[in-house]
Amino acid sequence: MDWQALNLSLLLAALTAAVLVPIAVVIGRRLALSKSKSLPVIEAFIALPLVLPPTVLGFYLLTAFGKGSPLGELWQTVFGHSLAFSFEGLLLASIIVNIPFAMQPIQRGFEAVPQELRDAAACSGMSPLETLWKIELPLAWPAVLTGAVLTFAHTLGEFGVVLMVGGAIPGETKTIAISIYDKVQSFDARSAAEMSAVLLAVSVTTITLTFLMSRKIGRRLS
Amino acid sequence: MTLYIRFKAQDPIPLDLSFSVEAGQILALVGPSGSGKSTVLRSIAGLYRPEETTITVSGKEWRDMPPHKRRVGMVFQNYALFPHLTARGNVCAALDEKGSNGAKEANRLLDLVGLGDMAERRPAELSGGQQQRVAIARALARKPDVLLLDEPFSAVDRPTRESLYAEIEALRSELSMPVVLVTHDMDEAQRLADRMAVIDQGRLVCQGSLAEVALDPKAMRVLGLRQTGAVLTARVAAHDTDGITRLDHPAGALFVPQIREDIGTEVKLRLLAHDVMLANAHPSGISALNILEGKVVSIALGDGPGAMVHVDAGGEILLARITRRSVATLGLVEGSRCFAVLKSLAIARDRVHR
Repeated sequence: MDWQALNLSLLLAALTAAVLVPIAVVIGRRLALSKSKSLPVIEAFIALPLVLPPTVLGFYLLTAFGKGSPLGELWQTVFGHSLAFSFEGLLLASIIVNIPFAMQPIQRGFEAVPQELRDAAACSGMSPLETLWKIELPLAWPAVLTGAVLTFAHTLGEFGVVLMVGGAIPGETKTIAISIYDKVQSFDARSAAEMSAVLLAVSVTTITLTFLMSRKIGRRLS
Repeated sequence: MTLYIRFKAQDPIPLDLSFSVEAGQILALVGPSGSGKSTVLRSIAGLYRPEETTITVSGKEWRDMPPHKRRVGMVFQNYALFPHLTARGNVCAALDEKGSNGAKEANRLLDLVGLGDMAERRPAELSGGQQQRVAIARALARKPDVLLLDEPFSAVDRPTRESLYAEIEALRSELSMPVVLVTHDMDEAQRLADRMAVIDQGRLVCQGSLAEVALDPKAMRVLGLRQTGAVLTARVAAHDTDGITRLDHPAGALFVPQIREDIGTEVKLRLLAHDVMLANAHPSGISALNILEGKVVSIALGDGPGAMVHVDAGGEILLARITRRSVATLGLVEGSRCFAVLKSLAIARDRVHR
């Protein structure tokens, strides 16, 4: 059992969710209220990581993070080490890969809040920020939680992108999914089985939670 | 406090109208669905912005104010209560006072609408009528300079509506601000409003007292002939034991199904034009109890089989919609003496009130 890899994965998953969920709340709410004609295009871009092969996505991210790119150069100058094959690079990649997992449920959650309630909140003297805090989030929080849980679970299991941009540096970029692969490669079936069981348990729990939450939001708004 | 509005817009909803409402006055905005009534309310609340807008409340311009800064109380058609908050929570959400002062004021408002003992319930645990009352309490909690009611009675059943009307009438002393009531129900407008404005396709067709609007042919065209009826003023004379109330009117006695008002009270009745028959001599041997003597003022012949006859009955105008054939048979012309005949039971209770 590779505890270091598990810890790294949990940290990566928690940080990804922590950074991504607030962004998804702001953007998801905007998209939910948007009447823009270009909305389908924006939504398609957000969903892109779902359909793109992880290796393709990983390749582009690696190129964007690498030495020849403006972002890679800037990072190297400011922090003195490369963005690619670092934990920070892995986190950034993980955030990008998980955009649809956080954004889609949260956007749907805000769409499910009737416009009339926002109007009623405004007529009750609430500013848009107060409305978000006192009316929309209390009604949409199961969706926000779903977004967080999906992001967390998906980060734990991400393999292709992690391998491409992170390599497998123990304690830095070697996540549990990579570790399982390594164990199988080195015929350590027992460790692979243990770690797989842990991931399975986490996945079953998160998915169950997600379904419970989506039922709850449905009941709450009916 | 006086509300004055002027809206002008082309797309997507055409609007071109202006009106004003005095403090404590209820203006009924009446019109067919899609006429722009709700858009006018939403524009006053700032939820919709017509291209050209003037809204002054006691001389203060609201045009550039965001909705949450405007002191409007709005009762939405489907109430739009916050589902995750209790009745008290909903009322508190619109109060300026927070904490225990807020809770006290919320309780006072809930008592006012007769829901003092349901403060802890969530909207899902309340009936339609109770939700409606919470919505009214929430609108009043805003201490509004303008109160807006968007078809607030359309989603409840008839008996509930009756008791809500009574509730609103009882609340009149609290309603010191201009009130705009959107409705498509003439009876409701007659019951609750002091003045009426008829709108169609975003334009004001006519406005004035209920009696004035009732006689306006332009309003008739918009509201439909079935809704057309004149308003008469009469005084309660007696409550008879057989369930009939007698009203005194200069043109003769009127008999209506028993009403609650005390003897001596002045009441207004809306008599639908298609319920009124005309005779050229005093009819006898007839079941209808109401026979008013009058004089034909004018006869408007329609394109179809009908004609609208204006009858001067004791100084007030009564409308009768009869066939052109009957106009010819009876030999009715301007100035003819005639008798208007009306069944008592055709005068529904909700068309008679103070």
